[in-house]
Amino acid sequence: MSLRIKQDQARFRDIVRGRIKANLKKYVQKGELIGKKGKDFITIPVPSVDLPHFRFGQRQQGGVGQGEGAAGDPLSPAEGEGGGKAGEGEGQHLLEVDVPLDELADILGEELQLPRIEPRGKDRIVATRSRYTGIASSGPESLRHFKRTYKQALRRHIATGSYDHLRPMVVPVREDRRYRTWKEVPLPETNAVVIYMMDVSGSMGDDQKEIVRIESFWIDTWLRKHYKGLETRYIIHDAVAREVDRDTFFHTRESGGTMISSAYELCKTLIDSEYGPSAWNVYPFHFSDGDNWSADDTRLCVEILRSSILPAVNLFCYGQVESPYGSGQFIKDLKESVGGGENVALSEIADKDAIYASIKTFLGRGP
Amino acid sequence: MSAKSTDLPGHLYDIRRDVERYAREYGLDFYETIFEVLGFDEINMVAAYGGFPTRYPHWRFGMEYERLSKGYEYGLSKIYELVINNDPSYAYLLSSNMDVDQKLVMAHVFGHVDFFKNNFMFRHTDRKMMDRMANHGTRVRRHQDELGAEKVEDFIDRCLSLENLIDYQSPYVRRHADTRTRADQEETVAKGFKTDREYMRSYLNPPGYLEGRQKTLEESQAKAKKVPESPERDVLQFLLEHAPLERWEHDILGIIRDESYYFAPQGQTKIMNEGWATYWHSTIMTQKALTASEIVDYADHHSGTLATRPGQLNPYKLGVELWRDIEDRWNKGRFGKEYDECDSFEERRRWDRRLGLGREKIFEIRKHYNDVTFIDEFLTLEFCVDQKLFTFGYNEKHQRWEILQRDFRKVKEKLLQMLTNFGQPIITVDDGNHDNRGELLLSHAHDGVDLKADYARDTLRNLQTLWRRPVILKTEVEGRKVDLRFDGREHTQGPAKK
Repeated sequence: MSLRIKQDQARFRDIVRGRIKANLKKYVQKGELIGKKGKDFITIPVPSVDLPHFRFGQRQQGGVGQGEGAAGDPLSPAEGEGGGKAGEGEGQHLLEVDVPLDELADILGEELQLPRIEPRGKDRIVATRSRYTGIASSGPESLRHFKRTYKQALRRHIATGSYDHLRPMVVPVREDRRYRTWKEVPLPETNAVVIYMMDVSGSMGDDQKEIVRIESFWIDTWLRKHYKGLETRYIIHDAVAREVDRDTFFHTRESGGTMISSAYELCKTLIDSEYGPSAWNVYPFHFSDGDNWSADDTRLCVEILRSSILPAVNLFCYGQVESPYGSGQFIKDLKESVGGGENVALSEIADKDAIYASIKTFLGRGP
Repeated sequence: MSAKSTDLPGHLYDIRRDVERYAREYGLDFYETIFEVLGFDEINMVAAYGGFPTRYPHWRFGMEYERLSKGYEYGLSKIYELVINNDPSYAYLLSSNMDVDQKLVMAHVFGHVDFFKNNFMFRHTDRKMMDRMANHGTRVRRHQDELGAEKVEDFIDRCLSLENLIDYQSPYVRRHADTRTRADQEETVAKGFKTDREYMRSYLNPPGYLEGRQKTLEESQAKAKKVPESPERDVLQFLLEHAPLERWEHDILGIIRDESYYFAPQGQTKIMNEGWATYWHSTIMTQKALTASEIVDYADHHSGTLATRPGQLNPYKLGVELWRDIEDRWNKGRFGKEYDECDSFEERRRWDRRLGLGREKIFEIRKHYNDVTFIDEFLTLEFCVDQKLFTFGYNEKHQRWEILQRDFRKVKEKLLQMLTNFGQPIITVDDGNHDNRGELLLSHAHDGVDLKADYARDTLRNLQTLWRRPVILKTEVEGRKVDLRFDGREHTQGPAKK
């Protein structure tokens, strides 16, 4: 059955792609559907065209909300924005549903045609795990299997004809008892760590960070699908680098210069001290606007990458986010020096539209 | 969409009959309501059209459809229920919903339809909107056949950019009396008080009085010649009457204006209306309609509806809590002078006069209030604290949205500010012949929040294509009064002229 609305939809898509009505192209917004998984918000891109109206600037306006929290507490990033637009249809009643992240990762994988990741070191990294798989007639009392014991006793009662359905009393004896047993199974450990590094110098604004936030969410989701124990670490840097928690990572803004080597140095230290490549799959992601302090520092970065980071990691990704001040030189320098490396992915991210292409660049190799 | 079928499948027919009976027993008074069961694709389409499957073609409905379908495919959201204000009322049920959901939705829908029928804001809406929308659809399609889809759609885009420039109060208040007949009878030269006695004349009309009188007269005549006579909020109406539009353009602008007025009351009673429907679905379900096996699913979905997120006010939640609060207060007699003047916290907390007036009161309120007056009158300090309301704003320094405060007066003030004029800036046409050059002068009644600047410029541009002569908007930017002007070629922004 073809619905009349499909024509309107096709027309809308053409506008978004810029095929028709070029005058509307500038109103195309990279909107997002926001869903919730536990505490995390996930976003799915839905472009929209917002026709201009006389309306209030939102940041000045603020609003009223409901819930816990003291004055000065932040609202989570997904909130506050958007909102405010009253739907015209009465009682359009949207229900929020939790999304299984696994499914999302599948959808993403399908859409971007990402290959499956083969965790390395499957044969090297082996741990044994106990799995309770069997039943035995002897064992410690703490492992007694109540149901199976009961069944066994019932079976015996019936077999011996002592079961009275009017007085259904079942008394297990010593021989009825059943216990759980376990097997030692060798399990390949597939631990992975993602080390996010971000430039927080003055030139990285809100929009740039939003791009990094969305991108890192998808990277997390994808990698988490392939690795059981995924850890994430966060490093911010301007002229010096430090490790921070997730929240600080996305909300810090410093002024001052940019010394990318400081972050790489810290990343190297982290890998050396905690994430040895024999036990971990390591994924460093670095985001910056590409303006490094000096050519000397860039040389130092390449040096650290070559000697320490690249040999230790599965994949090193660098994403250069375009800022209002343009895009810097760093990505070119990397391309020339280490760009040919098998485990290096470089990507330029002009705007939110480019996020998905960039994820494909990063994860499309499936190392 | 498939042919209209008003026959519900058997089990739904029974559910509907029961729920309708319960609703009537509680005193709800609604139009005949026709339920239709649709698949998700169809319900998404109908929802994208704002409830009217026969609307005119336009890409923005496709955009809405895409958003809804994507939300559904990714499992983020689904449309539960959709009801339109019409007589008979139409409500759409999603076929994949469980029976307990359908029950809930029906109870909810009867709440909405009762509200549509009885609330004063809806009194002037067209109850045959289903037909009117179809009619609009036909007209737009005919224009498109004659002139080309592109051309007509471009014009619709421009009109939509102006669609909020209507007078949100006008269906209820007559703004200006017809003055044309009065004009003939008015004096044009000040005569002063009449007297037959010559010696009294200078006493009754002292020097200066006549001159002053003459001046006021001239001023009021100048005003009468001005178009519009006094600032006009219904900018679209003004354009329909005075802009040099072609016939088809006139027709389309009229359609946009009609539909804008039709949808406006729904936006202006969102909190009351959703709250009311929620109040009734929960009352009907928990007291009458639920069976034991349905309770868990019901509770799950009901709480999903009422979930709140810190940065977003959920109209269902705020609304239903207010209705319950009012009912409780009028049941216990917590109103009036004596209660208001009682200072003892303890006494207020235990206050119960056992009046039992709650139900009666809420039925009365649902007739005579809209969101603004509802919040203004019934949002109390206690309620604000209980419901943990707060204001939030953007902190430039931290670059994030933050909770600002929980002060009752501030919260209420902010809430009212957001709701006033449907949350839209108040913009009026002040002069259709500005500077005697046929320019259109608009002004924005600035109340502390600036307009979004780039949008304002682009909207002005759209307005100019309708007016054809230069257009000017008086507003404020960062505390300074400015005139934004667009003359068809370029934008200028200068300090305000008087």
